[in-house]
Amino acid sequence: MKDVDPDPPTREGWVDRELLEEFPELRLLTVEVSAPARRRTTPALRAQLRMLSNRYDGAQVITMRRQPIPHAYRVFFRHIGLDPDTTRTPVEGAAVERLRSGGFASRGRLHDALLLALMETAVPVWALDADRLDGPLGIRGAREGERLGADDLAPGLPPGRLVVADAAGPVAVLFGDIATRSSPHADTRTLRLFTVQVAGVPAIHVEESLWTCANALSDRS
Amino acid sequence: MVVIDDIQQASAAVGSDRPAPAERAELGLGHPADESAARRTLRAQVRELERQLADTLIAAFPRTGVDVAVPSTGRGPRVLDLAELEVLRDELAEKLRRARQTVHEAGEQEARNRDLLERMLRDPKRYRFARLPNRDLGESGCGVWQVRPRLGLIGMLAGWWHVKLSSGCPLVAAVRAPRQTALSPRSMRTDGQT
Repeated sequence: MKDVDPDPPTREGWVDRELLEEFPELRLLTVEVSAPARRRTTPALRAQLRMLSNRYDGAQVITMRRQPIPHAYRVFFRHIGLDPDTTRTPVEGAAVERLRSGGFASRGRLHDALLLALMETAVPVWALDADRLDGPLGIRGAREGERLGADDLAPGLPPGRLVVADAAGPVAVLFGDIATRSSPHADTRTLRLFTVQVAGVPAIHVEESLWTCANALSDRS
Repeated sequence: MVVIDDIQQASAAVGSDRPAPAERAELGLGHPADESAARRTLRAQVRELERQLADTLIAAFPRTGVDVAVPSTGRGPRVLDLAELEVLRDELAEKLRRARQTVHEAGEQEARNRDLLERMLRDPKRYRFARLPNRDLGESGCGVWQVRPRLGLIGMLAGWWHVKLSSGCPLVAAVRAPRQTALSPRSMRTDGQT
């Protein structure tokens, strides 16, 4: 197990050079935190989600697409060939789910912490098992023959699909599925949180998102 | 605000009337730097079109039927090339044009309905039993403006008509209640008692 700083610093990941030429403001940021000792969500976290649920109604979800940060992610989705009305951006997806289910459902501490960070800042955060990663994370296009994961049953990736990768290969599709090998599980001791900043999203919101998530996972919170 | 004409002009400038490959090479457009600049321009147009689509959808609320979805090819996240960006830009521009047309037509219809409501209120006798739902006036809710006789049959005979606004959406319980209380063959016992 790695030693984890109680106030972990944010680290910037790499972005493929050609990709950076197309999207100069694309950034990936990571932070490492200890996995919480208790996997069950805390009363405070549940209360925060309940409070957040009250902020969202139908009109707000419709107008969300005009707010600067959700709009920035919608535009980026368009730019990378995704239809944000079909493949919803993380914040819009969570907001629509809140309307469907009548509230933000609590599904464990990690899920709740990620959701809290997303809904507080509109910036998505994902979590990976840090001990199963090989080196720093970055964004690049998938290469010929690569799979999302190491085993033979892992789904294949068409060349050029944008992925989050470490030195060993893709660990997640950008704004999509996470490879099973890298997903946090019951024995995970250290989590690597990562977020993706796109054009139009201020850096302070990205930092805030990571900090909110890390704080919600901290046993001091 | 960029109007649709501006977008079409921009579209034409960037690539709707793109020169043939040979001409492109002569013009130096085949150079990667030019292609890159064209992609940047297209992305800026896509950003602007997306903003205007969002504005149109929000302006249309609570009307439904304003379609702003532009389906993707379903190939996952990737860097779009120049041709794909052009197609996306054109589809967004077309979707925006149609959405605005839908909103405009709905607005005109609502204006006519508001005019009709005024006439109904001024002279209800001329519009006996006319019904005008709130949503046809561009308003939310389930209320319906109705021209009805005062005091029922007496009003009908005497020519006393007035306009009433129904009290809104029926409660779910109220809708379900008759079904629960209604006697169906299955709910009847064989001895004839329920």
